Amino acid sequence: MPAQYIETVGRSNNNALALLGDFSIFVAQTFRWLFSTVFRLRTWRLVLPQMYDVGVKSVPVIAVTGAFIGMVMAIESYNQFKSIGQEERMGSIINLSVVKQIGPVLAAVMLAGRIGGALTAELGTMNVTEQLDALRVMGADPIRYLVVPRLLACLLLTPILTIYSDLLGVLGGYFVAVQAFGVPSAPYWQFSEQAIDSWQIFEGIFKSFFFGGAIGLISCYKGFTCGAGASGVGRACTESFVASFVAIMILNFLFAKLLQDIYIAIYGVKSMFG
Amino acid sequence: MQNSIADPTTTASGPTPKASLLSLRNLHKRFGKLVVLNGVSLEIEEGKTIVILGPSGTGKSVLLKHIVGLLRPDKGEVWFDGKRIDDQPERNLTDYRKNFGFLFQMGALFDSLNNLDNVAFPLVEHSTFDKEKIAELAQEKLRMVGLPEVGKKMPGELSGGQRKRVALARAIAMGPRVILYDEPTTGLDPIRSDVINELILKLQRELNVTSIVVTHDMNGAFKVADRMVLLTDGKVRFDGTPEEIRTTDDEIVRQFIAGEAGVAELESLRSNGQSVEPQMEEDKK
Repeated sequence: MPAQYIETVGRSNNNALALLGDFSIFVAQTFRWLFSTVFRLRTWRLVLPQMYDVGVKSVPVIAVTGAFIGMVMAIESYNQFKSIGQEERMGSIINLSVVKQIGPVLAAVMLAGRIGGALTAELGTMNVTEQLDALRVMGADPIRYLVVPRLLACLLLTPILTIYSDLLGVLGGYFVAVQAFGVPSAPYWQFSEQAIDSWQIFEGIFKSFFFGGAIGLISCYKGFTCGAGASGVGRACTESFVASFVAIMILNFLFAKLLQDIYIAIYGVKSMFG
Repeated sequence: MQNSIADPTTTASGPTPKASLLSLRNLHKRFGKLVVLNGVSLEIEEGKTIVILGPSGTGKSVLLKHIVGLLRPDKGEVWFDGKRIDDQPERNLTDYRKNFGFLFQMGALFDSLNNLDNVAFPLVEHSTFDKEKIAELAQEKLRMVGLPEVGKKMPGELSGGQRKRVALARAIAMGPRVILYDEPTTGLDPIRSDVINELILKLQRELNVTSIVVTHDMNGAFKVADRMVLLTDGKVRFDGTPEEIRTTDDEIVRQFIAGEAGVAELESLRSNGQSVEPQMEEDKK
């Protein structure tokens, strides 16, 4: 029936807008607390354990991700470059891709799965066991006490983990291209240096800061608003990863366009082929 | 920003009667289509223990959450000590909530902190004591609930009854005027339940607090109550002393305190039982 269809579409649009509004309020409250408490020692006492969970414990998975990105790219591109006698230029393509796009994006996606899921599960469990209500009753704002430290940890450590992922991606590509396929080392690095300047590296790290923010905010929000019981928490974890993933893709697209335009405005179009 | 809790002389609703510490006036609350509170009014005196009874889902825990501002009524007012509470923004409620200790149904201890740090949490948040003094005060609260030795353990290492007692120690850490108990004996065996009920009485005597207890435990209710309130269908059906509730003529109230299923519930069981019986082969022919 047309009326029922209109009602369904209207209700789902209403729900989506309400969700967006609710999330916006959550983000606004989080940043209000962040700016008012970021210089307090008490805040950093809560941030440090989160930095261990977000950063130190993510090192192995980021290392594996980064290294294999570089290695796979070298494997996939070697024959094509060799067929045109340009295998010495492989480094420029591999390393540029790693530091600008694949390194930051895949590192963020890995963190969304590992950290995002864990944050949502932890805060969701606190939600369904009334620990969040207990915080409120004791006069501690749950956003100040729980969300701000986790957000700060994600904001600070996602760029650092991205740098680490980029480094291992570059090393992984080098290992396969030079050590395995015999591409000469000096031209491999020389062409890489021509193609990659500070701006390219800055781009990747700059984007990763926002990826970390998206992961922190979305996964904490999902934990705070999960449904009752184990199924509610489980569903929230899945939704948290999907929403973080989509946010990373959208942010990556927007920043790719924005930063590209800024680069061209400042430096003009620069060819990586000399 | 200055606390702008309404002065009773400037509002149309008026101040609470002098004897009442807490005043709940015509509270209405619904969640979607589900009406939970449908005009609940209660005046709660200081220094007494009031037990709130009622069938599951009748709004008892929702009522407790309105008292501490975790929920806001759709209609109605909450007054505490002559000041209106329900219309205050969240940031103005911090000082108000220091008057309360809340024992949640499952304890709601923080899993990442040990038991001593759990009890100390409100002191860390709101007091200016140093670390040693806070630890000393927290340990004293654990002693009051009979668990002086569990401070260094994590909540997960305790039994259900012990967790509730640690949660109760946390609820009294700041010396509240009112303690709210949300089904304090649910999930506990009769002996552990009696331990909790004895603690409620002990705290009442030693701290001279006002206690509001939501419970299904009728033995415990009669043990601790100065006054009993029965909620049904979102409204107050009975409000009186334990002696009055034992001798009431109201059939619904008598059935509830005796734990007897009513005619409507039994009919529902019988009619559901008939609908699920398998059809015999002979009947199909």
